[in-house]
Amino acid sequence: MTTTTPSQISGRQRWRIPQRHVPVLATLALLLVMYAVGVSQYRAFSNVQVVFNVFIDNGFLLVVAVGMTFVILTGGIDLSVGSVVAMTAMVCASLLQAGTPAPLVLVIALLIGPTLGFLMGLVIHFFEIQPFIVTLAGMFFARGMCTLISKSSIPITDEFWTVAAQQRIGDPHGNFVSISVLIAFVVVLVAAYVLAYTRLGRNVYAIGGNPQSALLMGLPVARTRIAVYTISGLCAAIGGILLSFYTLSGAPLIAVGMELDVIAAVVIGGTVLTGGSGYVFGTVLGVLVLGVIQTLITFDGTLSSWWTKIVIGGLLFAFILLQRLIGIRKK
Amino acid sequence: MSTWTARRDAIAGHSLFWPALALIALVVANTVYRPGFLAVEMKDGHLYGSLVDILRLSAPLILVALGMTLVIATGGIDLSVGSMCAISGAVACLYISKQPDQNAVGGVLISLVLGVGLALVLGAWNGALVAVIGIQPIIATLILMVAGRGLAQLITEGQIITINSDPYKAIGVGHLLTLPLSIFIAAAVTVLIMLVTRRTALGLIIESVGGNAQASRLAGIRSGRIMFLVYVISAVCAAIAGFMITANVSSADGNAAGQWIELDAILAVVIGGTSLAGGRFSLGGTILGALIIQTLTTTVYAMNISPQTSLLFKAVVVIIVCLVQAPAFRARIVPRRAAGPAAPAVTDQPKEQVPA
Repeated sequence: MTTTTPSQISGRQRWRIPQRHVPVLATLALLLVMYAVGVSQYRAFSNVQVVFNVFIDNGFLLVVAVGMTFVILTGGIDLSVGSVVAMTAMVCASLLQAGTPAPLVLVIALLIGPTLGFLMGLVIHFFEIQPFIVTLAGMFFARGMCTLISKSSIPITDEFWTVAAQQRIGDPHGNFVSISVLIAFVVVLVAAYVLAYTRLGRNVYAIGGNPQSALLMGLPVARTRIAVYTISGLCAAIGGILLSFYTLSGAPLIAVGMELDVIAAVVIGGTVLTGGSGYVFGTVLGVLVLGVIQTLITFDGTLSSWWTKIVIGGLLFAFILLQRLIGIRKK
Repeated sequence: MSTWTARRDAIAGHSLFWPALALIALVVANTVYRPGFLAVEMKDGHLYGSLVDILRLSAPLILVALGMTLVIATGGIDLSVGSMCAISGAVACLYISKQPDQNAVGGVLISLVLGVGLALVLGAWNGALVAVIGIQPIIATLILMVAGRGLAQLITEGQIITINSDPYKAIGVGHLLTLPLSIFIAAAVTVLIMLVTRRTALGLIIESVGGNAQASRLAGIRSGRIMFLVYVISAVCAAIAGFMITANVSSADGNAAGQWIELDAILAVVIGGTSLAGGRFSLGGTILGALIIQTLTTTVYAMNISPQTSLLFKAVVVIIVCLVQAPAFRARIVPRRAAGPAAPAVTDQPKEQVPA
C-alpha cells in the first residue's frame, strides 16, 4: 500500500517533500505566519522576551505533551495527565507545608506519576481494556486524590521552590527564561534522543505502525506499551512540579482539561492519532502554536480568553483533516 | 442439572443482573448508614425523600447516557455532550433573558427550539466528521469538547446568565402528579428511544453497524447514515439535559454546566453492560448505570465527602466494572468451569435434526 518502488524514488518525485513531514512543516508554516501577524500588528511583539515568555508560560505543557507523544505514537491515549499534573502539584504543596525537606518531596513527587502510569499500562496491556477507559479511570482517581489531600489551594513557601520559581537566567539585554524552561528543554532533548536513536524508540514506532506485526517480529510489545504509559506518567509528574514552580501553590482544580490541550498540541504538532508517525520536534511546535495563540489573544486585548478554546478546536480540526487527507492520498 | 440451578444461572446470566444487584447493594448500604434513606413523605402535594431526589438529579445523566448508549453501540464515543449541555443551556437562557416577559410560555418554547436546533447542527457536525470524513469518533468529538466550552462562553460572553422564568425553571425543579417533572421528561425520552430502537429495526441496524460497519454496508444498510444519526440523537439528548441543568439553578454558566457529565455518561453506559467496542447495547442497563452513579454521588455527599472526592470512588468502580467485563481478565482470574458442563449438551443434539 505505502511501499515506494525504486523507480519512484529515482524518478522525478525524488525532490518532493516526504509525506510524513507535511504535517510538521504545515505547523511550522502556521507558527511563522502567526508570529509574523503578531509582529506586524503589535510593536512589542517582536521583543525577544515575548518568545521567551511563551516558553516560560508553557514549559509544563511542553513536558506533558512530550510524554503524550510517546503514548499517541503507540496508538494509545492518556487522559489522566491533567489530573496527574494537579495531583503532583498538590502532593508537593502539602508535603512542603508539613515540613518535608525539598529533595525528598521531589523524589516522592517523581515516583507517584510513573507508578500510576505503570499500573495503567499493566491493565491496558494484560487485561486488554481500551487505553481511553483505563486512563479515564486514572483521571478520576488522580483528581479525587487532589481533593482528598485538600479541598482548598495550598501555598508553597519553601525556599527551594521560591528560588526555582523566581530565578532568572538571562542574557545581558535583560531577556530571561526560568529554570522550568531549561528543565523542559532537557526533557525534550532526552525524549527526542530516545525516540530517534534507541531501541525503545524504534519499538514505539513499530507498535504504532502495526501492533500485530510488531508482536510477530518478536518486539517486546508488552514492555514497550507499559513503558510509554510510565513515561507519560513521569512527564506528567515533572510537569506537575514545573507547574508548582510556576504557580507556587497546589490547587485541587488546577489543570482541569489540560489533557485536551496536550492532545491538541501533539496532534497540531503532526503526530498521527492512529500511531506510528510523528516527532517530538513537532510536539514542541504544537505547544508553541498554542502558546502564540494565547499571546496573540492577550496582545489584542479585545478578544476574551474563551477565543483560545475556539481557535484551538478549529486548529485541531484543520490538522486532523490534513492527516486524513494525507492518509487518503497514501491509499 | 436441577431446574433451580438452571433458573439461578438464567437470572445471574441476565445482562441486567449485576447492575441491578449493585444498585440494590448501594441502596441497602445507604439505608443501614442512614435509616431515613428510604422514607418518602408528602409535603405540599409533592413527594419528598432521598429516593425522589436521586431520581430527579439523575434525569440529566439518564438523558445524556441514553444518547451515549446509541453512539457507543455503533462503536463510537461522544465526548462533546458536556459542552453540548452548556451550549444549549446558554442559548436558551440567553434568549429568555432578552425577553421583556421572562415568564411567557411562548418565549420559553422558542428558547427550547433554538437550543435543540443548535444541538441538531452541532450533532450533524459531529456526525459528518465521523461518518463522512471518517475521523475516529473520540477525536472528532474532542474538537467540539474543546471548542464547545469556548462557544458556550462566547454565547454567554463569559458571564453567568441568570434568568427569572418560572416555565423554564419548571423543567428542572417543577412537579407533575406529585413527582418532579424532570423524571417524566427523562422517562418520556427513554420510552421514545426504546420504542424506536426495539419496536422497529433501528436498534438491530445500529448494533449491526457497531458490529461491523463495512459488512453492514455491504448487506445493504446505510452505515454512514446510521452513524450520522446517532450523533444527532446524542446531541439532542444532551441539549435537553442542558436545559434541565440550567433550569435547576436558573442560570447558565458556560464553564461549569455539564462538566464531567460525558465521563459519567460513559461510565453509566459501561456499567449497564454495553460494550465499548460496540455491536450491542442495553438501554435498561444504561438507566440502571445512571441511577447507580447518581446514588453513589448522593451517598458520597451524605457522608460529608466533597463532590470532587467522589471521583475517586467512580475511578474504582470504572476499573472494577471494566475488569469484570474484560474477557482477558475473566480468562486469567475465573477458572473455566462454565465451559465444562455446557459443551456436552450441545454435542448431545442429533446432528441431522431438521428444523421444524
